Amino acid sequence: MTTAYVALASSTLGQAASTLFGVVEAVGGFIAILLIVFFVAGRATGRLQRPIAIVVCLGPALFLVLLGLVIPAITTINNSLKNQQFLGELNTKYIGLKNYTYAFTDPYTQQTIIRTVLWLLIVPALAVFVGLLVALLVDRMRYASIPKTMVFLPTAISFVGASVIWSYVYNYKAPSLPQTGLLSEVVMKLGWSNPPNWLITVPLNTFLEMVIMVWIQAGFAMVILGAALKGIPDEIIESARLDGASGIKLFRTVQIPMIRTTLVVVVTTVMITTLKVFDIVFTINNGNFDTDVLARQMYADMFVTNQVSRGSALAVILFLAVTPLVYYNIRTLRREREIR
Amino acid sequence: MATVTFDKATRIYPGTERPAVDALDLHIEDGEFLVLVGPSGCGKSTSLRMLAGLEDVNAGRILIGDRDVTDVQPKDRDIAMVFQNYALYPHMTVADNMGFALKIAGMPKAEIRTRVEDAAKILDLTEYLDRKPKALSGGQRQRVAMGRAIVRNPQVFLMDEPLSNLDAKLRVQTRSQIASLTRRLGVTTVYVTHDQTEALTMGDRIAVLKDGLLQQVGTPRDMYDTPANVFVAGFIGSPAMNLGTFPVLDGMAQVGSAKIAVPRVVIDGFKPEDKNSVTLGFRPESLDVVAVETPDSLQVEVNIVEELGSDAFVYGSLLDQTGKPSQNISSGAGDAQIIVRVDPRQVPKMGSTIHVRMRPNEEHLFRAGTGERITTV
Repeated sequence: MTTAYVALASSTLGQAASTLFGVVEAVGGFIAILLIVFFVAGRATGRLQRPIAIVVCLGPALFLVLLGLVIPAITTINNSLKNQQFLGELNTKYIGLKNYTYAFTDPYTQQTIIRTVLWLLIVPALAVFVGLLVALLVDRMRYASIPKTMVFLPTAISFVGASVIWSYVYNYKAPSLPQTGLLSEVVMKLGWSNPPNWLITVPLNTFLEMVIMVWIQAGFAMVILGAALKGIPDEIIESARLDGASGIKLFRTVQIPMIRTTLVVVVTTVMITTLKVFDIVFTINNGNFDTDVLARQMYADMFVTNQVSRGSALAVILFLAVTPLVYYNIRTLRREREIR
Repeated sequence: MATVTFDKATRIYPGTERPAVDALDLHIEDGEFLVLVGPSGCGKSTSLRMLAGLEDVNAGRILIGDRDVTDVQPKDRDIAMVFQNYALYPHMTVADNMGFALKIAGMPKAEIRTRVEDAAKILDLTEYLDRKPKALSGGQRQRVAMGRAIVRNPQVFLMDEPLSNLDAKLRVQTRSQIASLTRRLGVTTVYVTHDQTEALTMGDRIAVLKDGLLQQVGTPRDMYDTPANVFVAGFIGSPAMNLGTFPVLDGMAQVGSAKIAVPRVVIDGFKPEDKNSVTLGFRPESLDVVAVETPDSLQVEVNIVEELGSDAFVYGSLLDQTGKPSQNISSGAGDAQIIVRVDPRQVPKMGSTIHVRMRPNEEHLFRAGTGERITTV
C-alpha cells in the first residue's frame, strides 16, 4: 500500500514537473522567438530598417486588436445584415436593413429603446447631482472621510452584487406578514399600510433599478468632482466671496463653470456605463415586467431566443449610440490637456 | 472714503498658542497709503485678511470709518482686494471679471458696462476686454485685478503682495503706477509686502510687523532715520544696517580696533540685562573710507566688492586689535560681515584692508538687552 502511495505521489510529482517544464519551454520558446526577431530587426540596416521596426513593434499589438476587436465588430455588422437565427448556422442570406427596421418598428424593441434612453438621461443626471452634493457638503465636515467612504464604497461592488443587495431592499411580503424588505418596512412604518410589490409594479420597477445604478455611480462622481472642486484655488473662492458671491450663487457662477470640463467627463463616462447596463436588469427581473434594456435584449436575442441577426443589429445600434459620447469625452480631455 | 482702525485686533489660529496677530493697534487715515511690511510669517497678510473679513478676529475690533466691521460679512465691508496670484476667474472675459461684483450686486448691465469701460481706460485694458485671462500676460492680468478693485469704487483697497509675480522691471514700473493711481483716486489703501523697497517707495506710512507684533509705524523717512528697535533697523534699508553689540569700558565702546565714545545717557541708562554693553548700528552709507593713520578708524578686510554702477559695496570682515575678524557684528550679508558703501570709481581690491570711519551723528544706539532705540538727543 505504501508503495502504491509513493508511486501515486511520484506520478503526480512527475506530472507537475512535466507541466512546469512545458510552461518553461513555452515561455522560453516565446522569449527565444522574440530575441531572434529583435536580433534580426536590430541587424537590419539601410532601406528596410524603418519598415522592419514598424512591423516588429506594431505587429503583435495590431494582431491582438484585430483578433479581439476588429474581427468581432465586422462579424457583428455582417451578421446584423443577415437572417441568421442560431450561432454557427450555415446557409444564411443577406436581407438588407430589415433587422434594423424591425428594431425600430417592433413594439417590444421600441419600448426597450425608449427605456434605455430614459436610463441614459436620468441615471447620469442623478448620479452627478448626488455626487456633487455630497462632495460639496462633506467638504466642510470634520470627519469627511467617513461619509465619503460610505458613498464611495458601492463603486467597488459588482453590479450583480449590488443588484442582489437591493433585491433584498425591494423584497415584497404581504402586509400581514413580518416584512423582510427594507423599503416596505420603512414605508409601512411611515404609514403606508399597503405598499405595492415593488419589482413587478410598472413603471416604478424601472426607476427602482435605476436607483441601484445611481448608488454605484454616485461615489465615482463624488470622488472626481470633489477633487476638481478642491482644485479651485482658495484665492478665487475668497475673491468671489469678497465680490459678494456666496452659497448657491458662488456655486453657480464660479465653482460649476470652473469644473465644467470635469463635469462633462463625469457625465459622459456615467452615460457610457449606463448605456451598456445589463447586469442590474438581468439580475433583478431578467428584463421581465417591462424593465428590458438594449444590452439585455441583445443578449437574449443572441443566446436565448435564437435571433442572432436581430441581436447583432441591437449591438450595432448600441455601439453607434456610444460612439459620439466617447468621441466627445476624448475631445474634452484632449482640450483640457492643451490648457494645462 | 474712510479711515481704517485696528483696535487691539488679535488672531489666534485654531490649534496654536501664539497669536498670529497680537493686539494690533493701528489707525489709517482717510486716503492714506499704508504699507504693512515684515518677514514671512510676521502676520502682515493675516492682518489684511482680518480687515477683509477672510479671517476671524478673536479679540479686539476692526473699524472702517466709524463702523465696527468685526463681525460683518466680507461682501458688506465695502472693500476690494487684489490678491497675489490675482485670483481672476478663468472662465470669464476681462470685462466679466471686472464687472462680477457689480453683477452680483444686481446693478443694471448698461451701468456695469460704462464703469468697466471707464476703469479699463484708466488701466489701458480697453482692447483686452473680451479676452479670457489666460490670453493675457502677467502684467495685464495684474492690471485686470486692479481694475476689478477700481470698478467697485470701494472705501478701502486691500493689496496682498500684488507685484510679487511680476518680473523685476515690470515690478518697478507697476509700483509707481499703483502708487500714483491710488492717490489720484484718493482711496484708502492697505498694502502688504515683504519687500522693504516697495514699502519705502510706495507708502505714505509704513507699519513693520514681526511675530504678530507691531514694531513701528511711521513715514519712510522716520523708519530710515529713527528705527525704533534693532529689528526695524536691520529690516529697513538696502543693503541692511550693520549692527553689533559691544562692551562699554570707561565710556568707550570697543568696536573692532577702534574705541568709540558712548554718550553719557546710554551709560546712565544701563540696566542689569544690558551687561554694560550697547548695540551700535551704522548704515553702509554712513561710513567713509579714510587714510590709514586716521584715529578711531575701523579696519575692514575686503571679502567681496559688489558694483552697482552708481554705488559700490564692500562686504568685509571687521578686524580687531590683533587683526582677527570680529564675530560680534552682523549685517545684511550675514554674521561677522560688515558692509561699506565706497566710491564706485575707487574700488578697493579683494583681500586688501581698508580703513573706514563713521560719520558723526549717523550712528544708531540700541539697548543691548531689549533692542530698543536709545534717544540721545
